[in-house]
Amino acid sequence: MSNNKNNEDKHYVAPFSNEVSFDELQDAPPSGKFRLSITGKLGVIVVAFWLFIAIFGQFLAPYEENDLPFPDDYSEFQKPRPGAWLGTDVDDRDILSRIMYGAGRTIGISLAGVLIAYVIGVTLGIGSSIAGSRIDQVLTQFFNILLAIPTIMFGLVVVAAVGSSIPVLIITAGAIFSPVVFRLSRALGMEIMVMDFVEAAKVRGEGYRWIIFKEIWPNAAMPLISDFGLRFIYVILFVSSLSFLGLGVQPPLADWGSMVRENLGALQYGESVIPILAPAIAIASLTVAINLIVDDVSAHAGGKLSGRL
Amino acid sequence: MYRIILTKIGAGLLTTLGVSIVIFLGTNALPGDAAQIRLGQAATEDSLKALREELGLNLPLYQQYFRWLFNFLQGEFGTSLASGNVTIAQLISDRYENTLIVSTLTAMIGVPISVGLGIMAAMFPGTIYDRFLTLGSVTLVAAPEFFTATLMVLFVVFFLGIGNAVVVGSIDDKNLVELITHFILPIATLCLVIAAQLIRMTRAAVLNVMNSPYIEMAILKGIPRRRVVMRHALLNAIGPIVNVIAINLAYVVTGVIVIEVYFGYAGLATLIVQGVQTRDYILIQTLGMIFCATYVILMMIADLASILSNPRLRHPK
Amino acid sequence: MNKKVVFEAKNLCINAVRDDGSELPIVRDANFKVREGEVVALIGESGSGKTTIALSSLGYCKPGLKISNGTTSLFDQDLTNMGIEELRQIRGEKVAYLAQSAIATFNPALKINEQVTESAVIHGSKTQNEANEFAKGLYHSLDLPNPDLIGARYPHQVSGGQLQRLMAAMALCGEPSLLVLDEPTTALDVTTQIEVLKAFKKVIRERGAAAIYVTHDLAVVAQIADRIVVLYNGDIQEKGTANEVISKPRHPYTKRLMQAVRPLPAAGKKTKLNKTDKVIEIKGVFAGYGGDVMSKPKEIILKDMNLELSRGEVLGVIGESGSGKSTLARVIAGLLPSFKGEILLDGQQLKPRLEDRPRSELRKIQFVYQMADTAINPKQTIGNILGRPLEFYLNMYGQKQKDRVLELLDMVELPKEFFTRYPHELSGGQKQRINLARALAAEPEVLLCDEVTSALDSIVGANVIELLRGLRKNLGVSFVFISHDLSTVSAFADSIAVMYKGIIAETGSVHKVLSPPSHPYTDLLISSVPELRVGWLEDADKNIQKAKNLLEKENIS
Repeated sequence: MSNNKNNEDKHYVAPFSNEVSFDELQDAPPSGKFRLSITGKLGVIVVAFWLFIAIFGQFLAPYEENDLPFPDDYSEFQKPRPGAWLGTDVDDRDILSRIMYGAGRTIGISLAGVLIAYVIGVTLGIGSSIAGSRIDQVLTQFFNILLAIPTIMFGLVVVAAVGSSIPVLIITAGAIFSPVVFRLSRALGMEIMVMDFVEAAKVRGEGYRWIIFKEIWPNAAMPLISDFGLRFIYVILFVSSLSFLGLGVQPPLADWGSMVRENLGALQYGESVIPILAPAIAIASLTVAINLIVDDVSAHAGGKLSGRL
Repeated sequence: MYRIILTKIGAGLLTTLGVSIVIFLGTNALPGDAAQIRLGQAATEDSLKALREELGLNLPLYQQYFRWLFNFLQGEFGTSLASGNVTIAQLISDRYENTLIVSTLTAMIGVPISVGLGIMAAMFPGTIYDRFLTLGSVTLVAAPEFFTATLMVLFVVFFLGIGNAVVVGSIDDKNLVELITHFILPIATLCLVIAAQLIRMTRAAVLNVMNSPYIEMAILKGIPRRRVVMRHALLNAIGPIVNVIAINLAYVVTGVIVIEVYFGYAGLATLIVQGVQTRDYILIQTLGMIFCATYVILMMIADLASILSNPRLRHPK
Repeated sequence: MNKKVVFEAKNLCINAVRDDGSELPIVRDANFKVREGEVVALIGESGSGKTTIALSSLGYCKPGLKISNGTTSLFDQDLTNMGIEELRQIRGEKVAYLAQSAIATFNPALKINEQVTESAVIHGSKTQNEANEFAKGLYHSLDLPNPDLIGARYPHQVSGGQLQRLMAAMALCGEPSLLVLDEPTTALDVTTQIEVLKAFKKVIRERGAAAIYVTHDLAVVAQIADRIVVLYNGDIQEKGTANEVISKPRHPYTKRLMQAVRPLPAAGKKTKLNKTDKVIEIKGVFAGYGGDVMSKPKEIILKDMNLELSRGEVLGVIGESGSGKSTLARVIAGLLPSFKGEILLDGQQLKPRLEDRPRSELRKIQFVYQMADTAINPKQTIGNILGRPLEFYLNMYGQKQKDRVLELLDMVELPKEFFTRYPHELSGGQKQRINLARALAAEPEVLLCDEVTSALDSIVGANVIELLRGLRKNLGVSFVFISHDLSTVSAFADSIAVMYKGIIAETGSVHKVLSPPSHPYTDLLISSVPELRVGWLEDADKNIQKAKNLLEKENIS
């Protein structure tokens, strides 16, 4: 190369061997394997921890949820001390035990709710994207109206109408969040439906079953799963907020949202803010941890899915 | 373009109508009707019948609905079922100021700051400033309102050493400064709550524009960074940003419910929670409609913003 | 030879930085100069690094790329050492860039004139008024309609070809010494491409600017370049004057490129056909979009189509975007039901709607899509993609199916290992072969090929055509071969249908259509195909103008 500076303008031919076939260049190699960032890993650990507590917490808890660790001591909002590592609440119960009991309830209700929302939303959403204009229009209009009601407000009306119990909470959460899932899966379905490979399947003469389960679903699954995490967060926040308003899980059952409400007095009268802070941190740590994972996954998948809507 | 706007507005009105049906039917599913609740257990069949007739409860459901809607539009909300013979209008006029002040101040303070921070984050992506904001908003966005509220209270009470942070009281005879000090905690909390969303979404909206080929072209034309951002990027990002703002203001409408209960001051949100607890469905109907209508209007503004920002629609061929 | 050197790349190496920090070379040790008033073409296929090199002349690397070694210099000023502010002074002022897609590079929210004059005004070389006047002059010399008013419009208000020329005005407004043109005519229709090319050439000559012209199209290069640099996989393979490289290519890669250049439209080898054995007959078909199924559509795209396809025949359908040629394929496939007229397959009438056709009929007509990227499901393995038509149409399962899939892979010249691979592991050309193999799996009588080579690089595309030729010989399949590229069609087809605005302007054997007298639109298409010789552009211009005038008269009557 050193001497070619001088004859820069000469006809230059790079050295070659005739065996080289100059094949088509490969497309850019697929981006590397998905790896969680540090915050993402932290998220996984925290979520795994809470799932463990949700399942086994009630067996591991030092007391029953309504037991009094110090039956002879009548002072509420006690500071942490041996026997009650997070102190006691407004009714002198052990906060640690109640958080461990509440974990199962808060997470269980939310998970069941978000699953219902997904079953309804995905079935109708993908169905609607295929079914064609009439059914699609009716369903879309219907879910648009539901979407126009703020979630909390929806919850309030339902609870006012039928009262609050755990099954009601689960079904309400499912009903309230299904419109969003519907809209998302419908948009995804529409996006995939116009792809040439779906049309190719149609031209082949494939029926709806094949098109839905073999062509659309495999392509919709990944984005929907990464949205599932986000939706799960919103359901947890919704259920906890209802409980916080006194309209969710009813006392004396422990639940993180209602624990914050029960102990609100600790802000003004208590010596310790742990009765409020502990359940609030429990919720926040769980939802933030999920969000950290979701953030990692969606960054890998190329942007937030909800941004497409 | 006017047709698109009109259809959007029409769709908004239709949605509101749909919402009103849902709310009406939902509250009608409550056990017991107004006559029974008013007269109590001891009421005779005759007196019940008379009151039902008076209230129009013997009419078919759809007639009741139109009657209710008609009255609602005229501002006649009816009387509360739970609090004696107080009219709903009276209850609302006693309380609405608190809610209005908190949400307006939140919008006035929180929105410009958050949008500014979001734009800054998008202008310097990947810097420490951007990462800090992103991580902060990822955290805050997923945390429940009462968690943020608790942190705020702890900060004020224990860190700043200001006592009696949870202010409860009347807002009569207070000037603006006093009002702000009164509402400072709820407003600050709400600001933080919407800031998390707003920063994230603004950043994404601006970044989306900043990654487009015409921005690369502007850079290759030697346009100074300031002008690239202010003229080329922001002009295109304005629609999405207004959209983001409207969505988040709609979020304030719901966020304010938890915050009012948490800080225990008397606003419309606490009123509706009371209504649910006492099963005062006339109150729920009215307030539900007010909240939902506000929400729908804000969502409609969000929709219109993204339409109006599209130059293809503003300047047709 | 003693002209001033405007731009020089010395031992230039550019690497892509991957997420894990490792680096992948994109450009290796590139050396070349651009002198005053000289157009240097960088030619290569996608992935050759040509755009990356071109952008380095603006001191710019796309995000994720970095110059790892060597220098680029403009008038002996080292660009690699400059700060942001110094580069900003140079960009738009001394060197200006024209991108491939004007639609994407114009800011949709700003008026055209502001974007055209902005750079010159900001760099202080002109006042706003001077720039406005200068821009108007440019619009004139770029043959833009309404040059006095076009600047006041928004980008979406003008056509694609006009926008492409306006982008040239944007680049020229600052009177730069070096123009960088990145495939500026690739996205355009052939007839528009010639006009734009002509306008570019004119202004480059008028202003005496130097230019770097990036393209994959040798025929275009022949019209505009003084010197040619041939790139493959980030290495310069050959460089020299345009004449040297085009008439005496020495490097095997350059020779391959030359072979792949579309030959001039001329009738291919004649195939003996039994003209009485019709596979498809299209009689008086009308179709369009909008409105209810089977009723008269709101917008009619196809008007009174009459075509015949004999067994083993290749019917080329040619036209520009919007001519209705793809719609024709969709109507035959049943994707867009015709509302009038009939289509016969083997003498039997086909139902207009896909859903009403029996599986045996569907099998006989197979569709091959333009974009292999979207036409094959990314979540299925190649084995599944090719196996499905076998079980669906031919009830072939298990080992028998697998054997047949391997046979099909062999047929499209792909290795057996692809059986378990996913589409994203394949290159564009390989995906297009899978796309083809899937259609062949059904053992069809007719293949509808919709622009199957237009998304591919020239060599890859030429190979696919070669493959199609072999398949046709061995399998006796008939083709409806749709393309905008007259030379590809004429080399492969037996007969041609020229489509123009939803009607068939002319049809017949390739020989008949290509020899005069023909429809003015056919003339226009024929004369717009660039020839691989210097000076063709000037010669072609007269013919094109003549054909255009005739066509206009035709339209009026």
